[in-house]
Amino acid sequence: MSRTRTPAVAGWFSGDGNGFRLLGTRCSSCATVFFPREDDHCRNPYCAGGSLEEMPLSRRGRIWSYTDSRYRPPSPYVSNPELPWEPYALIAVELPDERIVVLGQAAPGVTVADLTVGMEVEVVPGVLHEDAETTWTTWHWRPTGVGE
Amino acid sequence: MTRDVAVLGAGMHPWGKWGRPFVEYGTAAARAALTDADVEWRDVGSIVGADTVRGGYPGYVAGATFAKALGRQGARVASVYAACASGAQAIAAARAQILAGLAEVVLVVGADAAPKGFFRPAGGERPDDPDWLRFRLLGATNPAYFGLYARRRMAVHGDTPEDFALVKVKNAAMGALNPYARYRKRVTAEEVSASAVVADPLRLLDICATSDGGAALVLSSIDFAQRHGVPRPVRIRAVSTVTPRFPNTVLDLPDIATDSAVAVAAAGETFRASITRAAYEEAGIGPEDLSLAEVYDLSTALELQWYEDLGLCGAGEGAKLLREGVTAPGGRIPVNASGGLASFGEAVPAQAIAQVCELTWQLRGAAGDRQVAGARVGISANQGLFGHGSSVVAVR
Ligand SMILES: [Zn+2]
Repeated sequence: MSRTRTPAVAGWFSGDGNGFRLLGTRCSSCATVFFPREDDHCRNPYCAGGSLEEMPLSRRGRIWSYTDSRYRPPSPYVSNPELPWEPYALIAVELPDERIVVLGQAAPGVTVADLTVGMEVEVVPGVLHEDAETTWTTWHWRPTGVGE
Repeated sequence: MTRDVAVLGAGMHPWGKWGRPFVEYGTAAARAALTDADVEWRDVGSIVGADTVRGGYPGYVAGATFAKALGRQGARVASVYAACASGAQAIAAARAQILAGLAEVVLVVGADAAPKGFFRPAGGERPDDPDWLRFRLLGATNPAYFGLYARRRMAVHGDTPEDFALVKVKNAAMGALNPYARYRKRVTAEEVSASAVVADPLRLLDICATSDGGAALVLSSIDFAQRHGVPRPVRIRAVSTVTPRFPNTVLDLPDIATDSAVAVAAAGETFRASITRAAYEEAGIGPEDLSLAEVYDLSTALELQWYEDLGLCGAGEGAKLLREGVTAPGGRIPVNASGGLASFGEAVPAQAIAQVCELTWQLRGAAGDRQVAGARVGISANQGLFGHGSSVVAVR
């Protein structure tokens, strides 16, 4: 029985494999980029406000900082309390073209021991959690040059 | 015309895990502050409560709750929610009422009975709340953000886990002297490094706990204080409650991303630095005038950051300042003489008020074994979730 793949949050990313991208929006007037997407009004106080258009963010960036979570986070994070807790790394990534820092979980198997500040990483599709019917998808950061 | 208001009274309920309703802590702190001020509750013209969020509902409307518990007497009432800055905003509201002539004496109260373990957002599916989203999508707890900041300092400034541990050692030694602190034991650097990693590189003893607690202040006009027989009260000279400026380029709790700096260059100072600058400007003082500072050491590494944001030293020099003993008791500018959050833990609506209680006792020369000799000017600093600034300057 196969589960339906559904983004854990709507409209923040799309695509598969090398075509996977985070989706932000960009102001047509001042070119400010927003992630998570801003669809209402440009938040630049110096901008009179333009239309906000969807735009894929750069696939690669450099690590601003990283950490991990050695204890099980509380809800609304979804995890199975029956299973032992497996820590995951969190990576904050600077995207140079957008001049923005975006936080995300590291791809499975990547630990803090594998990371340094300034290292290049790329965004890859990932799974946040699964239930009986649905595979909830998300984005992960993975060091570049690591196996596909 | 003076823009000062007087601190007539300060009171606290001891921090800890007492398991009692927050109203009890707040009421006890309020009664202590009123006694300290020698003011009857029925003579207080206004009460401002810092909102308590239990289960995510800031709906207890703290000002009114405390007014009811103390015995409703028709005072003006207000309630303030600004996350960790709630206490400072409550002080700001009280001060504004006094300076506007709307009230002569205002009681400010904050109290909480914190849940066990990590702070978490309110229940339900709430994808319009960035705080909910960071937990659901990333499992990014508060300590995870503290870990990010600590790792960043290590990479950029060369700080070490040993530097971070020294903050805990310093603050625990001060907390041991404070009867209101939850933790009253000295801690060694070895104990910090032997504690479990929570969020790399930070360990359990690098991160503040959650606690129950309450704090209260009685503020008044300077005229009232003088008529009341207090010719030289501790005075609040500035309250900074500024927001960040766009674009905020430092990843801030609870956000998943920073603002983009593609259209507007980031300001030359961080949000935290802008909070304290606004306080200095309003008070007409600078970091060189300070006798002491109370800052939010949510993590040990974050205290080092505050040294720089307070202008006590240049960027990246926080650990050096600590190692030189400048921020220790007897140093040029002791930081967290109260023991800080390292010794108190977080009781969110009470914290910023508790900082001003400590400044008050220090400026009166009434801080007992932890007294900073000759204290004349004190500053508190913290930052509330969602972009709430908080800094108070008190003078004697
Ligand atoms: Zn714009």
